[in-house]
Order: sequence, then C-alpha cells, then structure tokens
Amino acid sequence: MRTPRILKPFAQATGMPRTLLYSGVIIVLFFVILAIFAPWIAPYGFDQVSADGVRFPKQGAPDSAHLFGTTVQSTDVLSRVVWGSRTAIEVVVLALIFSLTIGVPLGLISGYVGGKLDRTLVLIMDALFAFPYLLLAIVIAFLLSDKLGQGVVTAALAITAVYIPQYYRVVRNHVISVREESYVEAARALGAKRMTIIRRYVLQNVIQNVPAIATLNAADAILTLAALGFLGYGIQPTEAAEWGYDLNRAIDDAGAGIWWTGLWPGLAIVLLVTGFTLVGEGLNDVLNPVIRARRLRKPKMDEAEVEAEEEPSHA
Amino acid sequence: MNSQGTSLRAYVLTRLALAIPTVLILLTMVFGLMRVAPGDPISAALGGRVPPEELEQRREAAGLDEPLIKQYFQYLGNALTLDLGTTINDDRKVTSIIVENGSATLELTMAAFALALVVGISIGLLAGYYRDTWIDLSGRMFGIVIYAAPVFFTGYLAQLLFAGELGWLPSSGRASPIVEFELDQVTHFYLIDTLITGNWDAFWDVLQHLILPAVTLGLLISGVLIRLVRVNLLQTMRGDYVEAARARGIPERQVVIQHAFRNAMVPVVTVAGLQFAILLGGAVLTEQTFNWPGIGAELVRYLNERDYIAVQGIITIFALAVVVVSLVIDLINAFIDPRVRY
Repeated sequence: MRTPRILKPFAQATGMPRTLLYSGVIIVLFFVILAIFAPWIAPYGFDQVSADGVRFPKQGAPDSAHLFGTTVQSTDVLSRVVWGSRTAIEVVVLALIFSLTIGVPLGLISGYVGGKLDRTLVLIMDALFAFPYLLLAIVIAFLLSDKLGQGVVTAALAITAVYIPQYYRVVRNHVISVREESYVEAARALGAKRMTIIRRYVLQNVIQNVPAIATLNAADAILTLAALGFLGYGIQPTEAAEWGYDLNRAIDDAGAGIWWTGLWPGLAIVLLVTGFTLVGEGLNDVLNPVIRARRLRKPKMDEAEVEAEEEPSHA
Repeated sequence: MNSQGTSLRAYVLTRLALAIPTVLILLTMVFGLMRVAPGDPISAALGGRVPPEELEQRREAAGLDEPLIKQYFQYLGNALTLDLGTTINDDRKVTSIIVENGSATLELTMAAFALALVVGISIGLLAGYYRDTWIDLSGRMFGIVIYAAPVFFTGYLAQLLFAGELGWLPSSGRASPIVEFELDQVTHFYLIDTLITGNWDAFWDVLQHLILPAVTLGLLISGVLIRLVRVNLLQTMRGDYVEAARARGIPERQVVIQHAFRNAMVPVVTVAGLQFAILLGGAVLTEQTFNWPGIGAELVRYLNERDYIAVQGIITIFALAVVVVSLVIDLINAFIDPRVRY
C-alpha cells in the first residue's frame, strides 16, 4: 500500500526538516492530549476558587496543593493552564474549519471562473489582507460580542475573518496556474462538467498546499486569540480559561514580584505556537522545491567527484 | 533609456490608480463595520448619562438622522479630507489624537523596527550562510520562539527581570512624570524634543523608558525577518549569477557578500512593508503592556468607552496608512528592481 498523501511529507523528511517536523508534532500532540483529557489532568476546575469548603489562597506562591500557585482571583494556575489548552485547541479547530470552508471554495471559484468576479474578489481580499489583522479581529470580536456573547465561537469567527484572505490568495493563485495544465484541458475536451473539473482535477492539486499554511495559521490563531484575551475582547473569564486573559491579569502582579501567575500561561502560548510553527516550517522545507532542490543535486556532484566545487560552508 | 522611463512612469501611474479602489474598499469596510455596531454612536457612548432630549439633539448635530447613503458619502468626504470629527466622551479632535498619540507610537515603532532590522538581517544571513549547521538551527529556533512569544509575555518577563528584580529600567510610561510635565512638546517625539532643548537628563530619562518596549517589539519583528532573510539567501545562493561568479574564480567570501547578500535583500524591502500591519498590531499590545500612551492604547481605551467616533477615526487613519505604506513600498521596489515594472 502507498503512503497516504497527507503523511508523505513525514515519510520523505530527512535531516533538519525531519527534526523540526517531529518535534513540532510531539509538542502539538502534548497539548491536544491536555485539551481532550483536561477534566482528568487538571486538579481543579478552571474557575474553582475553593475545595472542601476551604478557599484557595489569593496569589499564593507555588506549593504542594497548588503546583503553579494561585491567581489574584484565587484560582489554581495549573488548572487554568490545562483548561486553557482546551480553549486554545477548540478555537483553532473552529477557526480552521470556518476559514477553510469559506476561503478555499472562494479561491477555487474565483481562480477558475476568472473575469470580473475574480478581479473584484482579489481587490476586496487584498484590502482585507492589508488591514492590520489584530485590529480587524478586535473590531469583529467587539461587534459579535453583543449577539453571540464572548465565548469560543465569537473568538473563532474573529480569527476566521483574518485568515480567509490568506487561504483565498494561495488557493486562487495556484488555481490560475493549474487551470491551463494539459490534464485539465483534456478533461475539458472530454466534456467534463465544470464542477467535476474543479473538484476532481483542480482541487486535488491545490489542496496539497493547504496543510503547511493551515499549521502556520494555527500558530497565528493562538497568538491572535491570546492577544484578544489580553486586550479584553476575547473569551470571558466566566466562559472558559484563556491564557491571554491570564497574562492580562498577571501584568498587574509583575510590580509586586509575583511571577507564577504569568509565567505558566505565557510559556504555554510560546510552546504551542512553537509546536505549530515547527510543523509548518518542516512541511514547507519538505514540500517547497525551491529550498529542497539543493539536496537533490548534491549526490550527483559527489558522484562526479567535484566536491571541491561545493564550498565547505554548506556541508 | 527612454523606453525604461516610460515603463517606470506607466507602472507608477497604474499603481497609483490601483490604490484608489483599495482606499474605497477599506473605507467602506470601516463604515460598514461601525454601522453594524449595536446602537448609534451617541447613545452607545452617552446612553443613560444624559437626558433623552439632549441625546436626540446630539444625534441630529452629528448627522445621524440622515439617510445611511448620505452618511456614507459624508464619511468618505470627511475621511479623504482628513476631517475625522471630535470624540464624544472627552471632546478631543481625532486629528490631534493622531498627532499627539501617533507620535508616541511612531517613536516606539521606529526604534523597534531599527532594532529588528539589525538583529533580523544579521541572524538571518548567518543562519542561511551556515545552512544546516548548529548556527542555522539556533538562529532559526531563536526566530521561531521569539515570534511565538506574544509581546505581552516577553514584555511581562522583561518587566519582571529588568524593572522588578534588577531595577535597572522603568517598567512603564514614556517618561517620568516630572520630566513629562516640564517637557516642551514641540514635535511630540520626546527624544527629539529633549535633544532640541539640550536637556540631557530628560533625554536619558526618555531613552530609559523607551528601551524595554522597543526591544520587546523589535525582537518580535526580527523573528519574521530572520525567517525571510534566511530563505532568500538560500534561494539567491542557487542563482545562475552566483554560480557564474564562482566559476570565474571569485573567492567564496566575495561571492556571498557582493552577489548573494545584496540580491537576497531585495524581497526584504517588500516584506518589511508588509510587516507594517504586524507592527501596528504589535504596537497596540506593546503599548497596553508598557502603559505607552500611543495611538493603539488610545484605540483600546475608546473601544472600551464605546466612543465610536474616536474608534472610527483611528481605524480610518490606520487604513489610510496601510495603503500609503504599501504604495510607497511598491514604488521603491519598482525603482530598485526593474523586473517589478513589467
């Protein structure tokens, strides 16, 4: 049996891209496990302030009862970090689904149909793309908060608005180049329906680019979510635990030398974003022929024993 | 010679023409978004605080009882003449917010960007040059991790360490209260204002306040640059002209420095321009973290107060700035890289 297409990069990767890819996958999996099993892993609830009738200490330093200490609201920092990973993963998955289901079809149709529709969409998407993404997310989260409340869905939609233009762009540009390929022309000549051509021949080719962008966007989505939370336009503390909100509260503690309320949620953000970025960069390294080409050429030069030509600095 | 001149002129004209629909789309977007907002600006900001009759009066004065389409064209006209109205809550002209708080943002972002260029380009070039060695790996990891860290986290750590633990630098604000009070605000750029008056103590104070926010924001941007410069160097190193230079027996050092490095820098200009959006977003967060009285911090404050006139005005300025910056970047590119023009 052949390796499924989606796993190919993992099988093909060697050297540094392989290290990047694998360490990224391990980090992301770690957080996915935290997210799924949060109720069993976290010692307390995300907004729990007492256990067995005893209230937790306020801004208590780390000890055996609270490994990461407690916050100004007496919640347990470790529990909030664990529950926060559930929030983060939920938002990322929702935002990815939303932006893929809107961005990819838009790009496909716009690129394949062309003409006026294409030109108008390009202008609009480019304008959206140029707009400072964080401001866009803030404004949208702000507007939606009255109708949908300040929960996971609102945050995911705000992030979606930022990433639709990116998927649209990549997909559309790829469609434009694929559209003129001979196999598409052949399908057209055989009388295949337009939707069939788009689905079977164009989409199949274009979709390969998506995983690398999607993982890099997932990394950005975590950062945007945290930024929204930090500014007070993200998920409300009553709805779920969110790292950005925790950091917002922690800034006030910094003056008093209290480090444990901010350090752990911050490290969680850095680690998860790094994980997604490593996967994305690894995939890019493997899939991007421009960067990859050198390694393919090198063995040939070795065979011809002209290794002296290869400068040692690239060994 | 002549044909080159025409093609450059044609490019500039087309590019200018393309900027017009972009401006229109962005302004329409801003207008649309602000109208979707719950309630009209006046009652959102003042509702419950003033009697209904006065509310009605102020709505009329602001032209909010006009038909939407009329309001839209009025807004377009106002935006294009940079007449952005007066805030509802504290009666400030939006243009003066932009001058006073915008200069704080510019001072911060320019210092950050300068730092990002130095750090980003040098680490990126090193990583690309020593490809697949430990230098490359640590350079890339630095870039990835620094980009993965939100500014409000690096800023928080910097505050804990340099302001709290070591006590070397102030943790927030643009200057000490007394210095700020006594300062002659000529340009609203504190570094320049203190220099003009020759007040060295004040200059030192302002500089100290600038260090933590600028380094925090600058390192974030350098993360993007490292990635970009590295990949570009890898691509130019494969170019025919690099191969040709090697074939002519030019020493490797010279090949890399004179042929590869220079060409690797061209796309950096483009992306440096795109970083402007990140820079603005990052500035909002940095300002919030360090209590920096910039335009981003003001935007967040007015959003919290539901002062839609102020919010609309500030976002309009951001939108216009984005278009102008991308226009300038494209034109610079056309001048330095002839391929862009065709």
